[in-house]
Amino acid sequence: MKKLLILSTALTLVGFSARAELTVMSWGGAYGEAQTEAHVKPFAAKSGIATVMVDSDNPATPIKAMVEAGNVTIDVASVEYADAIRLCDEGVLEAIDASTLPAGADGVPATEDFLPGAITECGVSTDIWANIYAYDTTKITGTVPTVVADFFDLEKFPGKRGLRKGAKAVLEFALMGDGVAPADVYATLGTPEGLDRAFAKLDSIKSEVVWWEAGAQPPQLLADGEVVMTTAYNGRIFNAAVGEGKPFTIVWDGQIYENEMYVVPKGAPNKDAAMEFIAFATSTEGLQAQAQQISYGPARKSANATEILYKDGKTVMGPNLPTAPENLANALETSSTFWVDKDAELNERFNAWLATN
Amino acid sequence: MSEAMTAVPLTTSDGRPLKSALASAQLRAKRRAFFLVAPLLLFIIVTFILPIGQMLHRSVYHDGLSANAPSLKAWFAANPEGTVPDEAAYAALAADFKTMKVDKTAGIAGTRVNYTLPETRSLITATARNADDLAPPYKVALLAVDPKWGDPAVWQALRSASSAYTMDFYLISTDYERSPDGTIQRVPENTRIYVYLFVKTFILSALITVICLFIAFPVAHLLATLPMAKANLLMILVLLPFWTSLLVRTTSWIVLLQGQGVVNEALIALGMIGEDGRLKMMYNQAGTIIVMTHVLLPFMILPLYSVMKTIPPSYARAARSLGATSWTTFRRIYLPQTLPGIGAGALLVFILAVGYYITPALVGGADGQLISNFIDFHMDKSNWSLAAALSAMLLAGVLVLYWLYDRLVGIDNLKLG
Repeated sequence: MKKLLILSTALTLVGFSARAELTVMSWGGAYGEAQTEAHVKPFAAKSGIATVMVDSDNPATPIKAMVEAGNVTIDVASVEYADAIRLCDEGVLEAIDASTLPAGADGVPATEDFLPGAITECGVSTDIWANIYAYDTTKITGTVPTVVADFFDLEKFPGKRGLRKGAKAVLEFALMGDGVAPADVYATLGTPEGLDRAFAKLDSIKSEVVWWEAGAQPPQLLADGEVVMTTAYNGRIFNAAVGEGKPFTIVWDGQIYENEMYVVPKGAPNKDAAMEFIAFATSTEGLQAQAQQISYGPARKSANATEILYKDGKTVMGPNLPTAPENLANALETSSTFWVDKDAELNERFNAWLATN
Repeated sequence: MSEAMTAVPLTTSDGRPLKSALASAQLRAKRRAFFLVAPLLLFIIVTFILPIGQMLHRSVYHDGLSANAPSLKAWFAANPEGTVPDEAAYAALAADFKTMKVDKTAGIAGTRVNYTLPETRSLITATARNADDLAPPYKVALLAVDPKWGDPAVWQALRSASSAYTMDFYLISTDYERSPDGTIQRVPENTRIYVYLFVKTFILSALITVICLFIAFPVAHLLATLPMAKANLLMILVLLPFWTSLLVRTTSWIVLLQGQGVVNEALIALGMIGEDGRLKMMYNQAGTIIVMTHVLLPFMILPLYSVMKTIPPSYARAARSLGATSWTTFRRIYLPQTLPGIGAGALLVFILAVGYYITPALVGGADGQLISNFIDFHMDKSNWSLAAALSAMLLAGVLVLYWLYDRLVGIDNLKLG
């Protein structure tokens, strides 16, 4: 079935690329839209290269399948940080020459302008996004949740919880909910006892959890009243709240943030145009343009130097970004080395836990 | 008599022996028949047999390490299991790391070893990253990079992964693993999952089949016995959902059954349950069972209907006139005649249910997931060999049941329509 899906996706993509010269794959929904408005359309207008955006639940999956099958139909993909490193190690991605990236608007060379870790061998950061949790202010009144522990407190805040179905970010979130300081999370998670502790914490709310998979689901679950609070990608909640006027509030305590990376699959049909696209999209202006569309933080110092306004023209993005100082008070940066290594093992355990207990 | 016939063989009018004339005529007919089915045969080979063969091959084959670590492979081949890795072994390892670094294949090699022994992927990628600094004596140099290189478990995993053909993926799919000394043992209790899932998949599929049978039997009977006009209307009601997209049907059930859904709202409005007592019918096992029963119901109704349609009502009347009660008539006369339909419907529903994927993925929540969802999961995670091994086991399970069915009921006693 999946193969069929991949095949049919590949076929549709062939259809697309017959017309377009450059194909970008991202996560769809509010995020895909933001990248379309901020990067794809301006790049096409500026360079004259027809560029299209296609969606995927997680672009890292089709890339690997395409490269293995020797039929690569996309040129640029937006993937999670750990995936950018993992796929690069496996030889699935083209290396990106950091010296070709444009200097910041203030003239600082790209390698110094980008925040530490934002450029890797095969990827360049397009933004910094976060796993946060959010609630509906019309459903929870009076005492409101303010810290990560509240998410796991069924007595204080009864009702269903939404959680991403997968080990990553969920286990860290559970440990922080159990009182582990962000600095100790990965050390704790690396031990069998720490892992048991994370699962024990998840056990305490398991009966009340609704699991989501696509980034567009959590705002929907909140809006439908299926859950009283849910973890989510912060930009999705921001766009639902500010863009669509939904009564959602984000709790930043215990947020888990990481870079999102633009990568080029090995054997991309338009490799040169893809590199051009990435240089354009990750310039100071490109990163700022994306931050005007969705509340994910730019990974360049120069892009954060000036105030960014949301596309409505009045909301200041600064305090809504994962990188805002007040949001970083109790925050964790995803450890890519941890997940590159343990992804398979911990997801096995997570699946076993999910399916059996 | 027969001797006389062999002595004087029968011939056709033009003098050819009858036997060979018949054979050549039949050969021509056979060849024509073959050419007629050739397109279909080719199609089946290309789209069905080859992919399944490829899948089975993939479930025992992964050259991630063996293709990228030739020196190590040679050392393992020269030294039997249990040999303590010597300097030559470490030298081979270092040489392979140097090529891995140049070819950027450490990730693939590490991924393969990681399947056999978790947490070795970063060991391999990190060592490959530092490969240029490795100098003799290699054992000391590698142990300096990471003391794990002295761990027998790591070497056991390397040995196991250095052969492209491996049964490791079947071990994983039956919840077994290789211990550091090479023996096979069960994985820790909290990571056992696949056997449980296989059993659950087969039990749920059987349950869905039984529910389908109980719902479909009266409907099919009604369809077969009602006057044509009414039967046709009923038939359309059966077929309409059958023709509707699976996704549409599944999402309609979500609208009906979810916590804030139509059914719960109606029950609350009627005062049958309180606000706190909302029924959990979606995103769990109950959701999977309800929706799959609905989706698969036509596959039970249609074969049953086609069989019931051919049962003359006079048999039942004859039984009644000879004094049988209605129950006896049903049990001794009607039911046995519907068996081919029951068999066909049950087999069809069961086999479809065992491999069902979309419905449990959408409505199954956490505990309503079937083995196919985990095959999908490993496809997503690019662990195609494990996905292939799980698929092969599912295929084997279905074939065993098919064989059992053939032994118990007989496959020629099957009527699909």
